[in-house]
Amino acid sequence: MVAVGLYTQAIRMLAALVLFTSFALLAQTRMAALIRLFAWQGALLAVTTALVALVTHQPRLYLSALLTLGLKALLIPWFLNRLVIRLELQHETEDLRGNAMVLLGAAALTVFSYYVVMPIVELSTLVTRNVIAVSLAIVLLGMLLIIVRRKAVTQVVGFMCMENGLFFAAVVSTYGMPMVVELGVAFDVLVASILFGVFFLHLRDSIDSLDVDRLNRLREADE
Amino acid sequence: MAHPLIAWALALLQTLLFIASAPLLAGWIKCVRCVLQNRASPSVLQPYRDLGKLFRKKVVLAEEASWLFRSTPYIVLGTMILAAAVIPLVTVRLPTDAIADVIVLVGFLALGRFFLALAGLDIGTSFGGMGSSREMMVASLAEPAMLMAVFTLSMTASSTNLSTAMHYLLQSGLVLRPAFVFTAAGLMMVAIAETGRLPVDNPATHLELTMIHEGMILEYSGRHLALMEWASEIKLMIYAVLIADIFLPWGIATRFTAWALVMGVVAIGAKLALLVVLLAVIESGLAKMRLFRVPEFLNLAFLLCLLGLLSHIILEVGI
Repeated sequence: MVAVGLYTQAIRMLAALVLFTSFALLAQTRMAALIRLFAWQGALLAVTTALVALVTHQPRLYLSALLTLGLKALLIPWFLNRLVIRLELQHETEDLRGNAMVLLGAAALTVFSYYVVMPIVELSTLVTRNVIAVSLAIVLLGMLLIIVRRKAVTQVVGFMCMENGLFFAAVVSTYGMPMVVELGVAFDVLVASILFGVFFLHLRDSIDSLDVDRLNRLREADE
Repeated sequence: MAHPLIAWALALLQTLLFIASAPLLAGWIKCVRCVLQNRASPSVLQPYRDLGKLFRKKVVLAEEASWLFRSTPYIVLGTMILAAAVIPLVTVRLPTDAIADVIVLVGFLALGRFFLALAGLDIGTSFGGMGSSREMMVASLAEPAMLMAVFTLSMTASSTNLSTAMHYLLQSGLVLRPAFVFTAAGLMMVAIAETGRLPVDNPATHLELTMIHEGMILEYSGRHLALMEWASEIKLMIYAVLIADIFLPWGIATRFTAWALVMGVVAIGAKLALLVVLLAVIESGLAKMRLFRVPEFLNLAFLLCLLGLLSHIILEVGI
């Protein structure tokens, strides 16, 4: 192994931890803990972005890091948490049968993303090229979270997790998107979280639950 | 490299030190736990006294006991001593290190466990059978996780030999390895499950309906029980030394000078004392799990070890 700088080692360490939070999200069943984990993922992502900024001398990445910290580690989790309290879902747990298989599937997705990214890694000369596979894995794990869970709040967390992965991919593969795009995406995510809140309230009013499986049933068929 | 005879003598001494200090480690855990729970603690040397007492007592055998039941204590202790012999405790590069690699080490532990489970079934009591079946359930889930951790170490050091791997880790200096963080957490969970500590099994009680290890050795008495207890103390020490060796290898002797060896003893003593404090804190903070939640616990351990392996391949190879 070629000796690499301490900061690069730290970036890899943090990237591995971000991946771990994605796995933990898949294993977590309690709503409040799920949102807290999501906040941790945002915070770790912000620290990683700041470190990438430090290593690659890209001052505008500091702004991205700050934006990530404010939005994904503080504001959106706080908003989701408030929503969960308002809907009285704090102690809600999801029934996870066969979750071991889901976690093994998640590991398989990680291997798959490594396989997909391999040609890019060989061509790239960036310091962070090894982390690209991790960022793709985070996107896929977010998608898996949306697929395997039935509660609307968890699916929203999965969606935000995918967004985290995309942002991470942008940071590590091209050192961030242009500031205009980044601001636009951040604003979109913020608006999305508010829209999701409205959607939750309506969902509960109309079907008395946040279990989206029940949307498949027609009211007439029940009666 | 020193004279082969000296090296063999050192290897013998190291193994003797290993098995002789295992009860001390068990006593130290009890002490720390007592302090954490505001109780008056027994002496650190209490496990030695218990062993001495048991060795002096008469063996009571069940009428149905076969040769398997009588020979198992010796086999279990023998496999544990063999396993202890291949783990570097004070110094690396001893001739015994070359006998077996880490995968064989896992095999030694499995062999001991196999005979232990057979002995549990031999007498035909219900507790023995339940203990054996539970032990095999835990083992079948813990072993893959342990092997994953071993593979991560072997891939990092390009060797399955523990001594060579440690030498590599010492030479590469302080490197932040994401793989090792996950592997350390996973291996610790495996160690807790395999040595029958809380929250998987309670080592302090007999006659609990959910007991695992105590269930299997319930029919043993006297000398046989002493050997079994000693073997389980050595097993705990094996896992503790393994974790200390792989994740905190600094301080171990790489040359056979008196000063380096003394430093090695001090270093491993300090590392083990600290690790045990950590274990005692974990044990005091957790309640015993329901038996049906143990697979979830071990599943998490497996996942952590697998993540360690994956992050090694993704983040550390081909840079």
